[in-house]
Amino acid sequence: MSSNSIVVTALTKAFGKFVAVEGISFSCARGEIFGFLGANGAGKSTTIRMLCGLLAPTSGRATVGGFDIEREPEKVKAHIGYMSQKFSLYEDLTVEENISFFGGAYGLSRAAIHGRLPWVVEMAGLKGREQSLTRTLSAGWKQRLALGCAILHEPEIVFLDEPTGGVDPVSRRNFWELINRLSEKGVTIFVTTHYLDEAEYCNDIRLIHAGRLVAGGSPRELKRIYIKNPILEVECDTVVDALESLQKEPWVIETSIFGTYLHVSVADEAEGRARLVRFFVARDIAVRRIERIMPSLEDVFIQRIEEENRGRREKGI
Amino acid sequence: MSSAIESVGLSKSFGDIRAVRDLTLEVPSGIMFALVGPDGAGKTTTIRMFCGLLQPTSGSVKIQGRDLAVDRGRVLRDIGYLSQRFSLYGDLSVDENIEFFARLHKVAEFKKRREELLNFTRLEPFRHRLAERLSGGMRQKLSLACTLIHTPRVLFLDEPTTGVDPVSRRDFWKILSNLLKTGITIVMTTPYLDEAERCSRVGLIHEGKLVVVDTPQALKSRLHGAVIELVCTEIRRAFAVLKAAPEAAEVQLFGDRLNLVVQDPEHDAPALEARLAREGIEILDKRIIRPSLENVFISLTQ
Repeated sequence: MSSNSIVVTALTKAFGKFVAVEGISFSCARGEIFGFLGANGAGKSTTIRMLCGLLAPTSGRATVGGFDIEREPEKVKAHIGYMSQKFSLYEDLTVEENISFFGGAYGLSRAAIHGRLPWVVEMAGLKGREQSLTRTLSAGWKQRLALGCAILHEPEIVFLDEPTGGVDPVSRRNFWELINRLSEKGVTIFVTTHYLDEAEYCNDIRLIHAGRLVAGGSPRELKRIYIKNPILEVECDTVVDALESLQKEPWVIETSIFGTYLHVSVADEAEGRARLVRFFVARDIAVRRIERIMPSLEDVFIQRIEEENRGRREKGI
Repeated sequence: MSSAIESVGLSKSFGDIRAVRDLTLEVPSGIMFALVGPDGAGKTTTIRMFCGLLQPTSGSVKIQGRDLAVDRGRVLRDIGYLSQRFSLYGDLSVDENIEFFARLHKVAEFKKRREELLNFTRLEPFRHRLAERLSGGMRQKLSLACTLIHTPRVLFLDEPTTGVDPVSRRDFWKILSNLLKTGITIVMTTPYLDEAERCSRVGLIHEGKLVVVDTPQALKSRLHGAVIELVCTEIRRAFAVLKAAPEAAEVQLFGDRLNLVVQDPEHDAPALEARLAREGIEILDKRIIRPSLENVFISLTQ
């Protein structure tokens, strides 16, 4: 068996003149949690739909679980699980009825569903609630039930499309622990999310923008390689006034209020620090601390996209 | 200066369900305040009582020093509320939507304010576009502009960024930051703790009760112990080893590293390192990092 679950080579999808996905290539190792990130309209959903065998590519190729998405879409579908933000559960069915329904939809026999049922209930932490109507469950429980339904047929690859929308921190953590356990068993997880703090759970990440891949690596690698402008955190008085004046300074690349602090992006750390000190002294604003901070994945993401947009503008695209 | 919001003993029951229990809170003027909590904790119920949309079972709310029960009409003129299901009119243009809300709020001279808002939200180039043809991020900004047309002094946002992509989210935060310059008070609910870190004060609500209110920094200093970030070989096995270790109060496995919460870093960190070493796991990088609000939240609610 190949060590890669998903192999994508120069995959392209055009809708008329609009190229939604433009020659992307990557591979996901078996058992890996792979994060596929992008803004709305970047090409994420089109890519997922192609990988799930729901949409034929315009050119290029991809294999999922060893099956060609274009020639063997039915085999692809049989080997994957899919869970979306909407959870697609039937609200008026009980927990058990939802599980049976999805088991049937995945072509499991009654006996097989019966065999898997306790496992899903246990995994989702729904013991004792088998007969509860799904609509009475909290978002966290629904999310785990939806995951259970998506993996009833024990797929090798699971696609999670924005899986944690609106779920609270404790439930989110429990969810990721489940995902980690699945990946430990060798299940490959392909996940898209808007919440970049969540992408921290991924082993490998690709960032898609305007249909093309613009960054990739593990969370630490992304933060190390792609952040070119250091971010300085400033603890000072009157942050709102300071923000207003700082925004007018040409050497400030980006600044925003962050709780009771300010975050300021500069081109060079030493020079930025010196300028900040001079700036605050000149305005008689007390500064208690200036510290370079580790960028978040969101910082990396925003910066890469802005660079790309600048590049495209310069090229007149 | 009076507080933007003062609530005393605020409660709301729906039948047997006590959605909000005895909530006493003061939000100073001119700040950005986040009400954070899990789904169903009572965030939306609270914010709707603050906006006068929901009658409390008991307790009182004052907005800018005025009692909502006494001076309701005046209070409503001073507040703006962006709900989770804010409805724009899809078949009206950006301009027309703002005008509609201006008339709703009886703002006669709205044109100058509309220009300001269009400029501020950078929707000016799209002013003639129908709302239904806007992207999600742009619709969000237009909803905000409509909410601000009557120049409210207190702005309530109920989970404003749920379902909004990172680029639009960043843009939205920038707009909120700039709004603070006008002296407005912003109160928002969010299930996302990384967002709450952007606010100057945070209230954690859990099962209808306000557990704690403070600045993000002070909340973090309440966490006993320290958070250690660890990069090592065989990260999953390391996770299992550490999870079973009594010295680790909490272990979180990320894609390429582990975060450990320990009570006493001087003593616990070496003990945990020794456990990993016995298992043949090599530590590649180790440092003490600042706790996140998520660490605090988990320790306060579990």
